Amino acid sequence: MAGEQAAPYTKPLPEPTDVSRPFWDAARDHRLLIQRSRKTGKHVFYPRAVSPFGHGDELEWVEVSGRGVVYSYTVARRPTGPQWAADIPYVIAIVELEEGVHLTANIVDCDPDSVRVDMPVEVTFHDATPEVTLPQFRPASG
Amino acid sequence: MSLRGAAAITGLAEFKPSRYTEGETTLGMLAKVAADAIADAGLEPGEVDGLITESFAEAPFMAPAAVIEYMGLDVKFSEVIDLGGATGAGMVWRAAAAIAAGMCETVVCTTATRREKRTTEGPKRSASAGFSGRRVDRTPEAEFCVPYGAIGANYGYAMIANRYMHEYRVTPEQLATIAVAQRYNACHNPDALFFGQPITVEDVLNSPVIVDPLHMLEIVMPVAGAAALVVTSRKHAKKSKRTPVEILGAGEHTTHKAITWAPSLTDTAIRASADAAFKMAGVRRKDIDIASLYDCYTITVLLTLEDAGFAKKGQGGKFVDAHNLQFDGDFPLNPHGGQLSFGQAGTAGGMSHVTEAVRQLQRRALGRQVKKPRLAFVNGNGGIMSDQVSLILGTG
Repeated sequence: MAGEQAAPYTKPLPEPTDVSRPFWDAARDHRLLIQRSRKTGKHVFYPRAVSPFGHGDELEWVEVSGRGVVYSYTVARRPTGPQWAADIPYVIAIVELEEGVHLTANIVDCDPDSVRVDMPVEVTFHDATPEVTLPQFRPASG
Repeated sequence: MSLRGAAAITGLAEFKPSRYTEGETTLGMLAKVAADAIADAGLEPGEVDGLITESFAEAPFMAPAAVIEYMGLDVKFSEVIDLGGATGAGMVWRAAAAIAAGMCETVVCTTATRREKRTTEGPKRSASAGFSGRRVDRTPEAEFCVPYGAIGANYGYAMIANRYMHEYRVTPEQLATIAVAQRYNACHNPDALFFGQPITVEDVLNSPVIVDPLHMLEIVMPVAGAAALVVTSRKHAKKSKRTPVEILGAGEHTTHKAITWAPSLTDTAIRASADAAFKMAGVRRKDIDIASLYDCYTITVLLTLEDAGFAKKGQGGKFVDAHNLQFDGDFPLNPHGGQLSFGQAGTAGGMSHVTEAVRQLQRRALGRQVKKPRLAFVNGNGGIMSDQVSLILGTG
């Protein structure tokens, strides 16, 4: 990825909060860390300061496999923002992780027209800058 | 307590949508269109004792007070509504609720969207501003979606359409038919942005794909505009020079902000909001004469037809084939042309679904008047299938 870092990164970057920082710190180490409810055992995404499952619950950070399926997707034929102008066509997707949670990412390392709903995918980490790594997804290696 | 019949809409005003504004301020537009609506209701500004407006960049806080002061009003109730495209519909039932609670008698609800041509030296919208277009956005959506190019609304509705096509069946032709019928309506409305520009199903399908599977002619064009309504008590409405349009039913439902975290992409919050509105009004789906459905995209209309209960789940495409959606057809849908063809003036575009329903029920929709309508169903939709507000309006 060293070559990709040569050009300055122009796309918007996440601004981690004190609550979400463990997620982004783990991503920088190429690990996918999300929260899980102690009370229900259900996973939660995005990082929260309070459980959505009611009073008395606590959220703990757990590492997950990064395997999932494409819940839905679109191929952008026109850029959705000016910083993506050079990237068309590209895929924006909602990925459903094995743990049940949904997150948004690009589906990379494949022909955009090959992406389908329910397609198995796995996480891959893109170091956008030395400080920020974005989890992305690619077709599962099987 | 039910709001059924507690209040009625009497006056309305709407600016013709335009691509850009010149020399306008949002505050000025909000005040002008509100003043026009008050006059349309046959009232003097001094007779208005409530104001509801939207959240707008020029007044980052205390927006209602800014509008009240600008207009020289003296009110007992004011509020700001921040429900995206559902803002207009959300204003209406809240005005009725304030009146029913005895807080005030007559509320003006005002929305406006200014749109200046950008110059090279002008401020640029930062991508991290995300959907809201505002400078500071620290929502989880900005943190976890925007970095992936999940900006604006096109991508989200495209994902909804792809998921819908995975779970159910709808043809590109059926979706295109929705846009064509609304363009037909717009061609009978001189105030519509696309007046005089009819389109065919082939035109829609031959227009460029912007985000799979959505074609350009299935996507609204953002414009400038303004719209306002006057809501007044039943007692005051009886004395109005306008036919009172009663608020018979209302429902509202929200489960998510970003589409990533919607409980379902195909079974929407419209189901709950529409059911609540119909229950309050005590009317049936088949009693509805006009469907005024938020239509940022053709897929939005399809989902609304299903989830509001006009078509069975998964049968929206067949419904479109089986009915004529023109203002002179058997299922009049968005007689003004919908936002797809009338123009999508931000919150005022959402309000246009209410103003058009009122205009039709007051039988003053020149050139596109639905034959003797008595009941209208209005749906407002905020963001990417986020805030939903349903209304049932009628002339009793």
